Amino acid sequence: MSFLRRNWVGLLAILVSTIVFLVPFAFILLTAMKDKRQSSLREFSLPNGFHLWDNLVEVIQTRNYMLLTAFVNSAILTVASVTLLVIFAAMVGFVLQRKPSRWTGLVNFLVLAGLIIPPAVVPTIWVLQGLGMFKTLHGLIFIEVAYGLSFCVLLFKAFVATIPRELDEAAIIDGASPLRLFFEIVLPLLRPVVITVILVQSVAIFNDFTNPLYYLPGTKNVTVQLTLYNFQSQYNTSYNLLFTNILLITIPPLIAFLFFNRQIVAGMTAGAVKG
Amino acid sequence: MRSRSTFTLLGGFAAGLMLSASFVGTAMAQDVTLSFLVDNTDASTVTVAQALADAFTAKNPGVAIEVETRPGGGEGDNIVKTRLATGEMADVFLYNAGSLFQAINPQQNLMPLTAEPFEANVIDTFQKTVTAGGDVYGVPFATAMGGGVMYNKKIYADLGLTVPKTWDEFMANNEKIKAAGKVAVIQSFADTWTSQLFVLGDFYNVLASEPDFPEKYTGNQAKYATDAAAIKGFERQEAVFKAGYLNEDFAAAKFDDAIRMLATGEGAHYPMLTFAAGSVVTNYPENQADVGFFALPGDDAAHNGLTAWMPSSLYIPKTTEHADQAKAFLAFVASTEGCDVQTAAVGATGPYMIKDCTLPADVPAVVADLLPYFQRDGGTAPALEFLSPIKGPALEQITVEVGSGIRSAADGAALYDEDVKKQAQQLGLAGW
Amino acid sequence: MNEATAAAPRSKRRTNSAYPSWFYLPAAIIYAALFLFPTLASLFFSLTRWTLFDATFIGFDNFVQFFREPFLVKGLVNTLIYAVMTSGLKVVLGFLLAVLLTSQIMARGYLRSVLFFPVLVSTVGVGITFTVMMHPTTGVINETLGLFGIKGPGWLTDPNLALFSVALVDVWKGVGLATVIYIAGIVSIPQEYYEASRIDGANAWDNFWNITLPLAKPATVTVIILSLIGGLRSFDLIWAMTKGGPGFTSDVIASVIYKQYQAGFYGLSTAGNVVLFIMVAIIIIPLSGFLNRQGDGA
Repeated sequence: MSFLRRNWVGLLAILVSTIVFLVPFAFILLTAMKDKRQSSLREFSLPNGFHLWDNLVEVIQTRNYMLLTAFVNSAILTVASVTLLVIFAAMVGFVLQRKPSRWTGLVNFLVLAGLIIPPAVVPTIWVLQGLGMFKTLHGLIFIEVAYGLSFCVLLFKAFVATIPRELDEAAIIDGASPLRLFFEIVLPLLRPVVITVILVQSVAIFNDFTNPLYYLPGTKNVTVQLTLYNFQSQYNTSYNLLFTNILLITIPPLIAFLFFNRQIVAGMTAGAVKG
Repeated sequence: MRSRSTFTLLGGFAAGLMLSASFVGTAMAQDVTLSFLVDNTDASTVTVAQALADAFTAKNPGVAIEVETRPGGGEGDNIVKTRLATGEMADVFLYNAGSLFQAINPQQNLMPLTAEPFEANVIDTFQKTVTAGGDVYGVPFATAMGGGVMYNKKIYADLGLTVPKTWDEFMANNEKIKAAGKVAVIQSFADTWTSQLFVLGDFYNVLASEPDFPEKYTGNQAKYATDAAAIKGFERQEAVFKAGYLNEDFAAAKFDDAIRMLATGEGAHYPMLTFAAGSVVTNYPENQADVGFFALPGDDAAHNGLTAWMPSSLYIPKTTEHADQAKAFLAFVASTEGCDVQTAAVGATGPYMIKDCTLPADVPAVVADLLPYFQRDGGTAPALEFLSPIKGPALEQITVEVGSGIRSAADGAALYDEDVKKQAQQLGLAGW
Repeated sequence: MNEATAAAPRSKRRTNSAYPSWFYLPAAIIYAALFLFPTLASLFFSLTRWTLFDATFIGFDNFVQFFREPFLVKGLVNTLIYAVMTSGLKVVLGFLLAVLLTSQIMARGYLRSVLFFPVLVSTVGVGITFTVMMHPTTGVINETLGLFGIKGPGWLTDPNLALFSVALVDVWKGVGLATVIYIAGIVSIPQEYYEASRIDGANAWDNFWNITLPLAKPATVTVIILSLIGGLRSFDLIWAMTKGGPGFTSDVIASVIYKQYQAGFYGLSTAGNVVLFIMVAIIIIPLSGFLNRQGDGA
């Protein structure tokens, strides 16, 4: 009883969150276990036979193991673009917050513009073609960096403000170069934000659908979200395979999150002590 | 599992072809890989494309064909246009004939095929829909379709109904079906494109009473809201809703749900394109004999006919580096052999637009009901999108509103005229 | 924060050299080449009738046409409702959840994971899943309501309700992100403040009002700006769930523009994007300036 009284908030939270957040996931899982006909009813019901394994095999084998190629491409794309994003955006956010100058207004405006304006596809392809980067993975990496910069700069700028300037000054007096100051002092202190940015951007880029479609055409270049098209079309959708595919491409980010979840807690407590 | 047996079948077929390959294959001994872009609108499209590619490679071992898919619908239109505009189109690609074909600037982007001998195999009606500025640019892929009403034959037999030749007979049938406790008309507005059939499928009847409608419509003289024949499609859609003939979940049902209701006899009528027969055959093989088809009836039983949709077409972009191989592939598709490969892959879905192509004796019931319209003189008329470059993009939203009582037929028709006007202006047509 | 800014002028020149402007450079090059330049190029096309293959200069006709769109006003109103509703809920819920999840609650790790999970699922997956669950007759939501004798509405098929239903799903999908940003903001508040306040005899409620809420300001500003912009531009989920329907009833500006783009009206849709940009900028830039001034002097 006293356990209940002490922990009712926690228990309630667990109950509510399970219903609100896990029921849809259960639906995905159940549908992935069904056969084509039952799944086409799109009902929340138990499968009338266990077909998950068949579905998995079929999804993975579809179009010559396209999903596996897609995983490799998506992994490279995500890791490379997120690394560049974190470093470049943190550099901008740092200087932008620390050194007000006549550029600050313009940079702030460009950051917001980057969040607001939808990208212009065709002129972008012209640029990529001019640079010889169209239909290449590194071209798409730079695209993702360009499109993600605004969001990351905004976050970094907001959180650089929480690092006391005294730390910078102490380091400068010790004779630290700007690069050392940034990489060895500031960036480690930004750890909670860095982790947040990594998390959010990894998910966004891994789940990105439109940019690979336009900037990286070709079967060899497929990314995970595009594999959904194998099972979903305007006229005919194999829901069992579609949901198996959704399940498969959701698991890697989920694992990454569970892994990062500890990092976040660790990173955050570290930040709190120093801050 | 189904796809595996298809592949085994194809493998055998391909092996047979290989025996005769040595004669043809010499012209292009070098190893070339053609890219081939198709949409995934219908699952069978990819299957057919892959079957054609495999059969062609079996005959021409030097040429491999890699099938690449793109989404269908408006998203797909953008991808095709973007890739053409940036010079990155695949060596061969599949795209609509008719008004959408006109919108990709054929003269600027596509390789003319007028002089190619294989174009002689293509039926004239189809050629007209892939002709721009006097040149022919395409070869038909898959079969022609009809737009009308798919119906459940069991319900018709149980209630002693006959296939309606006029709209009044159709509504009388609906009344009896409703009285028998069945859904008279199935609608699936969650897939908005399925809502357009009452308007688009009625075009045979419009054309029957006003043969010059397409020219007037393109020239900004005929309007849906004010034309007595053209507005009927909207009015009939409204009438069906008002009479309460629709399935309870018409607003949330999807195409797949509608096929289920139709095949299993929950509902009697589904206004649709005949390609949907493929979904019945795939998903409800035991019910395929129960589903039939008739053209959307008009006012006059003496002028009963079908609004026909041309198949999509294969094109070669000017930017290809393998024009000879691409043409050889199109020649293969435009041959009776190509037709047979397609039939072997997905069964008979309708009449081919290639001369001398034949269908097997046992075709699905829908296709059996469809063929007589094509065999009868004047039994079909092409849909408006094959006669005019203008098709308003918002029609599907408007027909959803009219079909679910959010907007009246008159309002809907007037709104569609506005939409058409915008499209014509964007196309830069004269007189708008 | 304020102390830090006050201390700055002392050695401004010296410290400024510690923040070299070339730090902007790598980001600036990528951004300018792949975003800024194409965007400026597209501005020109908003003044043309553009088929992607050729462009005819038509002056401001596209803008005139855009403002004549029959559903523009409806789309505008819907956009504002959607943006305010989603960002409001994300700020409030995100903050409360972050406070809850930074406290000594049981199963904290589980709750954080569960809450963040929807952010990970692709929009397509979320859209399909909820469309199914919100089905008026066979959907699990209405079936559950039916157990209690309530006849549930057509969540996505009732013209008056569709937009709100999508907005709620948007909150479901996005609140985890707001919460994570808030958590990062809350844990970076130095513990000394809480200790000092405890010595002063403050209770948990005082701490919440006097410390957590004001010091989580950078996070609040970030969440408001991000979710408001996201809401004003939002498109993915609406498109996945209702495509602006039934009919045109849940159309927002972005879906109107997208439909024009799909129809091949490239010049017109570019003009629409310019209008959308100006509209969002008019709302966001003053708001951002205001919030930032309120937050810290930096």
